[in-house]
This record gives sequence, C-alpha cells and structure tokens, in this order.
Amino acid sequence: MTTTDMPRPLDADAKQPVSKQSPRSAARGGIRRAVPATTLLWILAFLYGFPVLWFILSAFKPASDLFSYPLTLVPHNPTLSGFRAAWDSANFSQYFINTAIVCVITTILTVGVSCCTGYALAKYDNKWLKAFFLCILATTMLPGEVMLAPEFLVVRNLGLYNSFAGIVLPAVLTATGCFMFRQFFLTVPDELVEAARIDGARELAIFARIMVPLSRPIMLTLAILSFQWRWNDYIWPLLMLNDPNKFTVQIGIQSIVGAQNINWSVLLGASVISMIPLIAVFLVFQRYVMGADINAGLKD
Amino acid sequence: MTTHASTVSASPPRKRSKYTFAPLVLIAANVVLFALFFVWPAVIGLVYSFTNYTGVGVFQWVGLDNYHNLFGDSTFYDALTRTLLYTVLFVPLNFALSLLAANLVVSKHAKGSSLARVIFFIPWLLSPIVVGVLWRWMFGENFGLVNYVIEKLGGGAVPWQSNADLSLLVVVMAASWMWTGFTMLLFIAAIKNVPVSYYEAASLDGAGPWRQFISITLPSIAPTSFIVILLNTINAMKEYPVFVALNNGGPGSSNNLLVQYIYETGFKRGQIGYASAASFVLMLILMAVAIIQLIVNRRVENR
Repeated sequence: MTTTDMPRPLDADAKQPVSKQSPRSAARGGIRRAVPATTLLWILAFLYGFPVLWFILSAFKPASDLFSYPLTLVPHNPTLSGFRAAWDSANFSQYFINTAIVCVITTILTVGVSCCTGYALAKYDNKWLKAFFLCILATTMLPGEVMLAPEFLVVRNLGLYNSFAGIVLPAVLTATGCFMFRQFFLTVPDELVEAARIDGARELAIFARIMVPLSRPIMLTLAILSFQWRWNDYIWPLLMLNDPNKFTVQIGIQSIVGAQNINWSVLLGASVISMIPLIAVFLVFQRYVMGADINAGLKD
Repeated sequence: MTTHASTVSASPPRKRSKYTFAPLVLIAANVVLFALFFVWPAVIGLVYSFTNYTGVGVFQWVGLDNYHNLFGDSTFYDALTRTLLYTVLFVPLNFALSLLAANLVVSKHAKGSSLARVIFFIPWLLSPIVVGVLWRWMFGENFGLVNYVIEKLGGGAVPWQSNADLSLLVVVMAASWMWTGFTMLLFIAAIKNVPVSYYEAASLDGAGPWRQFISITLPSIAPTSFIVILLNTINAMKEYPVFVALNNGGPGSSNNLLVQYIYETGFKRGQIGYASAASFVLMLILMAVAIIQLIVNRRVENR
C-alpha cells in the first residue's frame, strides 16, 4: 500500500534530534507538546475504556443492585451470582464448548489452507494462479451476508444443515488470510527456493520443510484474527443451527437480549464470560496483532 | 498441507511458469471452497432472484417481477435509505476517531501510548452482539448510565431507545467505537511508513504539528484512507448484529437495515426468490462502491 522508498524505523532514532534546535529548548518544547498530546490521548482512551469497565463492574453487582440509584461504579457487594446464573442457565456452558470447537477447527483449517494458497500465489506464476488471485479478490467485494439465502441453500443441499461442518467449511476461505501469506512469501527471497531446487528438493517438500516453518509469525497473526471472527460470528451460525444443543455463545447471548423481559444480571454475566477467551488470547499474543502489517483485503 | 505428492520435474527448469502441478495442489482446497461457497451460491442466487422460490418445492420463473416489486416496496426503500444514512454517518465518524487515535498513539509526545493502544483495541475484540448489549446497558432509557448522568446534571431523560433517529445514532456511536481499534492499526502502519525526513524538512521550514498533519500525513496516507473508507462502507452496508442486540432494528421496524430485511424476507417469510433479488441489489451497490473507489484510487495514484 503506502510504499515509500524510505521506511521510517531505520533512521528514526538517528535523526530525531535534528528537528529540535538545542537540547534545552527541546526539553521545554517537549513538555509543552507532551501535555496536550498526552491529555488528549488519555481523554480518548477513557472514552474507549470506560464503557468496558462500567460493563464489567456492573456484572459483579447483585441483581438487586443493578438498577438501584444512585448508580455506583464499583459494586458495593461484589458477587459472582450473575456469572453463575449465566453459566448454569440455558446450556450456556454447552454453547461455550460448541463455540470453542468451531473456532479451533476453523482456525486450523483457515491457517493451513491460506498458507498453501498464499505461497502458491507468491512463488509461482501462471495464468491459472493469476485468475484465482482475482477470484479471491472478488470475495472481498461480496461478503457472505450479501448471499445469505443462496449460500444457505447450498449448504443445505450439501447436507450440512444443523452441523458444525456447515459453519466451519464456508468460513475457511478468507481473502485476508491468503493475502497476508502472499504478502509474507513475496518478501522471502526466491534464491532460497532456487537453492533448494538445485539441491534436488521436491516442490512440495520445499514448501513444507522450509516455507511453512518460516511463516510462523503470520500463522499466529491469522490464527488470532480467525479465532476472533469465528468467536464473534452471529448471523451464519444462527441460520445454520436449529438444535439448541449446538448453539454458539453469540446466539445464546442474543436469545437473552431478545426475551420479552431482559434478565440483565444473567445477560451481563453471560456477555462478560463470552469476552474472556478473546481478551486472554489477545493479551498473550498482543504483539502478533499490533505489529502485524495487515493491510489488504480485510474481510471476515 | 500434508499431501507430499511425488511430482518431480527431472531437471529444475529455469522458468517459474514450468511448475504447474505443485501450485495447483497448493491452491486446490481453496479452489474447491471458492467454487462451493462462492460461485455456486452466486449463480443460484442470481437464478432464484428471477423466480418465486420459497426454499422448498417447485418454483416458477417470474422474470423481473421480484426486482419490479422490490422497487415498489416501501419497506425495502426504508431499509435501503436507513442503511445509506447509517453508512454516511458511520464511515466519517469512524474515520476521524481512528485517525485521531492513530496520530496520538504514534506521537512521540504522548505518554503511555502503548497502554492506550491496547485500550483502543479492546472494543474490537468484543463481538457485535456484546457491543450491542453493552451500549444498550449504557443507553437504557430508564436505567442507563448516560441518562442517569444527564438527569444528575439537570437534563431530562433522553429517549435513546424509543426515538428512531437517536436509536440509530447510538448504533453509529457503538459501531464507530467498536471498529476504531482495527482502523487505527491500518492508519498506524501507514503513518509509520511516511519518511521522517519530510517532517524534519517541514519543521525546519517552521511548520507546526497541525500544518504537518494536513500537508504531509494526510496526503501520504491517502491510499490507506481509501482502503479504510472502502472496508468501512462494506462493513456498514452489511451491519446487522449490532442492531439486533442494541434495539432489534427498532423502535418497531424503523431501523431495519438491508441485511435484516433480507434475513426476514428470506428466512422468516420464506421468500427466497424475493430475498435473493434484494441481495443482488445490495451486491450491485457494493460493487459500485468498490469500482468508484478503484477509479478514484487509481487517479490519485497516477497524479
């Protein structure tokens, strides 16, 4: 995308002081600039962080305190009863397991298939590959939501209705994944492939033994993204599943919201529980998401 | 991935185009998936949009009737205009917030930016359903924190749920809040790619931070801006779960967006043919957006 001839990181440290006239005035100017920038940053961060904080702390309030005025940020008698009620109610633990199964299987398949496709698109060159590249590009323009009804019929005709396979398989092909791997393999020098060929390695062995291990960071990044997409997916599982024992977490939460009288205590508990896996995964693998150069064809 | 097919070309040929078998094996899985879950639905969707298919049994060819009825259907028009209004509000708001966040996070003057970056990013991890629940909780008319604070400050309760326009506004804010983290990442990557020497030259010439932002940062990240607008437009046009969880397309059906309309006609009323026609209208809009974006982008890059 923004391909500039002079990337920033290389000379950032070396030339930084140039922009400031002298060390002393730089320090003063630094503070004068740091105060408004830091203030603005933290006001904005507060606006983004506070709703989540309020939501999570509310979940620790006992059901009777949720609506009692004056509202307080920190619960007076923190309790886990909301979480417990949510976990026990309406098969929520089963939903949780179902979602985990779907997410893990889809993520493994997506990473594997995207890695193969990305490598083929980056390191080989023929007209079929070029055509397929355009096909993948086309999928970004036409998200699955646009073709809900026909896609539903196809999956039903394949006999996958009301099965996890019906949720997993249509989600495996993602343009983002293919493009991320393609982008990565383009940066791997062709000489590496050539050298392996001269040593007599077979094409697919080159891929499996040399290229796959090289692409580990990309695998992790895509795995996190894929896990997030599938964990948070709502409309497709809703269409595909009609057996309550196979429901996913998002359907479970929506069924609490959709009720005539919303049980907020259970709803808050269920929502907060559903947030935990992703936030845990993210905090552990943060740098793989934050550092990633995700740029093209983003789609879930 | 584990298919080690034994295809050896006896002598390593020079031209990369000589290898056809290996790449085809590698893309085989995705080609099958593409055919099954993309080409097939697209084709039968187009066919069904000219029929009165209900999902089961026989169907009749009705020609352009579905499309004709669609443009006479006021519910469809309402869904379409509401979707466009939502898009027009969401895309600029998200753009501005993300760009602001990205600039503050990369600014070397702001302290604690790595923690702030995580805070900006967390809403993106939440599912659209949970985001809807969260904002419903904040903006509840009788119990929400926002109305509580407004009343404390002496104002009257604001009808966040029962007024259609305010209700849409809450969804716009919720969605912008949710998507900021991700859009911000794209902007951060772009801003970091702007050569530092540009800023040095500008500050030697006496340009202040605002001037530098307008004259250097914005033009340099233009390609990313186009991608962001394109992605966010597509995302906004297909928005559904946030609405379902926040106000269920309400009050009444005033905030039913296109995807919800397609879902309800196709799956609740079983008019698959009619819903397919609505899908193709949405698809044409998205394609038009994409093509306009491509043309504009190319023109900007060629300048």
